[in-house]
Amino acid sequence: MSGKEYRTITDVKGPLVFLNKTEPVSFGEIVQLRLSDGSMKNGQVLDTSDDQVIVQVFEGTASVDRQTGVKFLGDVFKLPVSKGLIGRILDGAGRPRDGGPEIVADEMADIIGAAINPYSRQSPESFIQTGISAIDACTSLVRGQKLPIFSASGLPHNDIALQIARQAKLVDSDDDFVVVFCAMGITAEEYNFFVHDLERTGALENAALFVNLADDPAVERLITPRLALTAAEYLAFEHDYHVLVIYTDMTNYCESLRQIGAAREEVPGRRGYPGYMYTDLAMLYERAGLVKGKKGSITQFPILTMPGDDITHPIPDLSGYITEGQIVISRELHQKGIYPPINVLPSLSRLMNAGIGPGKTREDHKSVSDQLYAAYAQGRELRGLVAIVGEDALNERDLQLLKFADIFEDQFLRQSRDEDRTIHEGTLDLAWNLLANIDTKYLVRLDQKWIDKYHPTDKKE
Amino acid sequence: MSEENGVIYRISGPVVTAIGIAPRMYEVVRVGNEGLMGEVIELHGDQSVIQVYEETSGVKPGEPVVRTGQTLSVQLGPGLLTQIYDGIQRPLPKLEETMGVFITRGVDADGLDLEKKWDFNATVKAGDEVSAGQVIGTVQETETIEHRVMVPPGKGGVVKKIDSGSFNITEPVCKLEDGTEIAMMQEWPVRHPRPFIQKYAPDVPLMTGQRILDFLFPLAKGGTAGIPGPFGSGKTVTQQQLAKWSDAQIVVYIGCGERGNEMTEVLDEFPHLIDPNTNKPLMNRTVMIANTSNMPVAAREASVYTGVTIAEYFRDMGYNVALMADSTSRWAEAMREISSRLEEMPGEEGYPAYLSSRLAEFYERAGRVQTLAGDDGSVSVIGAVSPPGGDISEPVSQGTLRIVKVFWGLDAGLARQRHFPAINWLSSYSLYPQALDQWYRDNIASDFPEVRTEISTLLQVESELQEIVQLVGSDALPIDQQLTLEVARMIREFFLQQNAFHDVDTYSDLKLQYDMARAILSFQEEAKKAIAGGAQLEDVVNVPARTDLMRGRFEKGYNDKIEELVSEMGKQISSSMEAN
Ligand SMILES: Nc1ncnc2c1ncn2[C@@H]1O[C@H](COP(=O)(O)OP(=O)(O)O)[C@@H](O)[C@H]1O
Ligand SMILES: [Mg+2]
Repeated sequence: MSGKEYRTITDVKGPLVFLNKTEPVSFGEIVQLRLSDGSMKNGQVLDTSDDQVIVQVFEGTASVDRQTGVKFLGDVFKLPVSKGLIGRILDGAGRPRDGGPEIVADEMADIIGAAINPYSRQSPESFIQTGISAIDACTSLVRGQKLPIFSASGLPHNDIALQIARQAKLVDSDDDFVVVFCAMGITAEEYNFFVHDLERTGALENAALFVNLADDPAVERLITPRLALTAAEYLAFEHDYHVLVIYTDMTNYCESLRQIGAAREEVPGRRGYPGYMYTDLAMLYERAGLVKGKKGSITQFPILTMPGDDITHPIPDLSGYITEGQIVISRELHQKGIYPPINVLPSLSRLMNAGIGPGKTREDHKSVSDQLYAAYAQGRELRGLVAIVGEDALNERDLQLLKFADIFEDQFLRQSRDEDRTIHEGTLDLAWNLLANIDTKYLVRLDQKWIDKYHPTDKKE
Repeated sequence: MSEENGVIYRISGPVVTAIGIAPRMYEVVRVGNEGLMGEVIELHGDQSVIQVYEETSGVKPGEPVVRTGQTLSVQLGPGLLTQIYDGIQRPLPKLEETMGVFITRGVDADGLDLEKKWDFNATVKAGDEVSAGQVIGTVQETETIEHRVMVPPGKGGVVKKIDSGSFNITEPVCKLEDGTEIAMMQEWPVRHPRPFIQKYAPDVPLMTGQRILDFLFPLAKGGTAGIPGPFGSGKTVTQQQLAKWSDAQIVVYIGCGERGNEMTEVLDEFPHLIDPNTNKPLMNRTVMIANTSNMPVAAREASVYTGVTIAEYFRDMGYNVALMADSTSRWAEAMREISSRLEEMPGEEGYPAYLSSRLAEFYERAGRVQTLAGDDGSVSVIGAVSPPGGDISEPVSQGTLRIVKVFWGLDAGLARQRHFPAINWLSSYSLYPQALDQWYRDNIASDFPEVRTEISTLLQVESELQEIVQLVGSDALPIDQQLTLEVARMIREFFLQQNAFHDVDTYSDLKLQYDMARAILSFQEEAKKAIAGGAQLEDVVNVPARTDLMRGRFEKGYNDKIEELVSEMGKQISSSMEAN
């Protein structure tokens, strides 16, 4: 283990150190650097050959010089895991940050994480009630899903994530979630907000935190989520926990990735991000799910802020291509004073169909959700038309849809930060009441049998 | 040079450079102490550059590299159907047995079970002359599919001995006079198309049960289609719908760099879904390749070739095969990633300069052919494309559109309104209708092409009218144009929209599609007459029978009821005139 210390650094470029004349070093191996003042840094091998080794230094290369000693530790990055992770706060490299003792390892787990065999997965299909109508009705979440929040700076994504973490439950089961929280480059203020809320609700004792803040090393952010997910996998698949992983902010993670790519002088992909960013992100997001023969599960809530509110920016774009849907936060709704400002139209839960319906939520759920979407989408579109031609030019149907869009935002979307609505009475019945503002003949997405059964005025009884 | 054993010189992610070894291009080699599988992709002075199909962390320079003398090949024979493979044909259930639920590395697995015995029925006899591609016997591989054992390409002669009976796939079942032995299994290098006699122009539609596809933008058996669209627009659902309902005899489904759960879904669902053409579970005709986004990229690069080779093999038996690749963009990205590690000169957006030729070569492996045995077989290829930001001006979309004959353009705006399938009816196209029209006239209805033209014209006219409506509102239009808008709405909401998750609506046969289109045109005719006779548009549109006709499509037995519903609608519309 304790190999030779080399002083053969030839080049330092951004977060990378190049050295030569080493014994064979393995790809991905962990590296320790000792600076002239005796302080230590950590890194990992990115490229290795007989002539040259390239090391990425997590803490950045400030103060590294040609005298810096480099030691290869003979192993890839591992996290000590045990149930003792629960209730602990660790830094972005997995060291205690709460003043507590080192984690006593039951096992040392490779943080890269092997891919789950697709044949060994189990389809997620247990509905999680978040108590937020927009999500429960329109983008239903299921256990084992990866559902990111696409937000932008200045919007209340943290409140929403915390509200979900507080309220999330299975409708008929009292299995609790443990939270694994992973901070990547967020401000101390944001971090405190999370911690205080988790503390206030007692969730902190049931959580493991991995924290890299804005003034912590940027390159370290590339390992922080891997540590968090390694912990989550251990808790889920060795100890049967249902784990909710919240990680924020993916945008900072991607910036670090871009920084490494630039230092390696790689051919950049779109907007300077590395061409392999899709694969890299997939290796995080795909660590959600359920596997055969294990009771636990990993549900992921990555939060990312869209640069320039642009959903086609590579960070949300590549994320959306991998995750199982997205919850999109809208600046427009936020400015109208609506909380939670979730724009349901670009939002999506790809696993919704598996999690809703008879025996899960309610038989009419799908039909109601389709109708809400269609009516709200048309109503919003009509707002644009009305701005040009005025309401007089609208026919009866269009007038009703136009009005519905306002009602939907004001009464369905809007709810308070501690309002926990049940799926049946709180959300679906509310939806029927609001849809009743539209003549039934215009509600073409609703199956007749559900109208007969659930429509507040047109039902047959 | 022919050194068999070399050593690793450099490791950079999935790309490893070896020295002291002189392999051929595309030869398979074993890399490192764990013997990871790799393929030679570049020879460079005394260096051999290898893409490795498994994770390389922990591997060191100086570890051994060993030649195998083989090129990357698949095993072909009974046992392919119902199987799910990774990109290099390792059966995932086998990997689970040896590794558990997480895929670790250094494990080899045969693509086919070499021990399992199959009942082989010889269909030729001693003394017969057989040639390459000819069927010499059959095996009932699944309930619905008969596996036809063929003389491998390049072989042939007079049969000396052939036996029916129970054999495993490596035992010779047939011996030729010249001593050649033929077993049920053959191997084929994935990067080489399998041979055939000639290609024919496709003239039979691949029927999918999806109205917008079959009716407006059909694909022919042996044809090629591209489905580009931003995330969430419906690429995967469309591909899965085709895998479920298209009337191909064999389906090869490649999950290339996409989600693990989507493959699980297929595995869960297909054994329970009943093929409308055979009344047996769909799984019987399906082969799956799953190399998800988090699995090694080099194997992702190979997955597409593995899939298409298997498809060609079934084509050679005389089957109509449909292959779906979701997503070809991830395949292209795998090429880009490897290429950048090779420090090749990048082309557009960092993709290698050979991107478009690779795409063309892949789609070129589709086609309706005369097989070596003289039969008719086909491979239809449907590729999903995932353009960054949904903008199809990028290289993979453009490279694809230059080749494929059908373009199903998915539209984020439609998906947002939950108009599914979110295929844009104005920008999509198919180049096949001309070749297929005769088939429609002969098999569905003599005026099928004319009805289709009427429907698409209405949609065109609607889009022009919509521009005016955006300026003045619909009430300002003359009554006949308002009717046209209502008819077009009916086309969109009743005909084009189709819910993949609805038990009944998920599939409409072509005859029903035609009847639904006729129903819309008949609404238009009746409404015109009624309005001319003084009826109000509002009343005509809202006759209850029209709602019944439209909602009826969600109920079983719609095929038998539709005629009656249409005539009831006609009556009610006429009487709305009398009411005035
Ligand atoms: N034909 C369809 N019917 C009903 N819903 C659909 C249909 N096509 C797509 N969808 C909806 O759109 C979502 C995204 O579709 P998907 O095929 O996964 O998109 P992509 O592969 O383009 O990212 C699905 O989860 C489903 O909710
Ligand atoms: Mg998809």
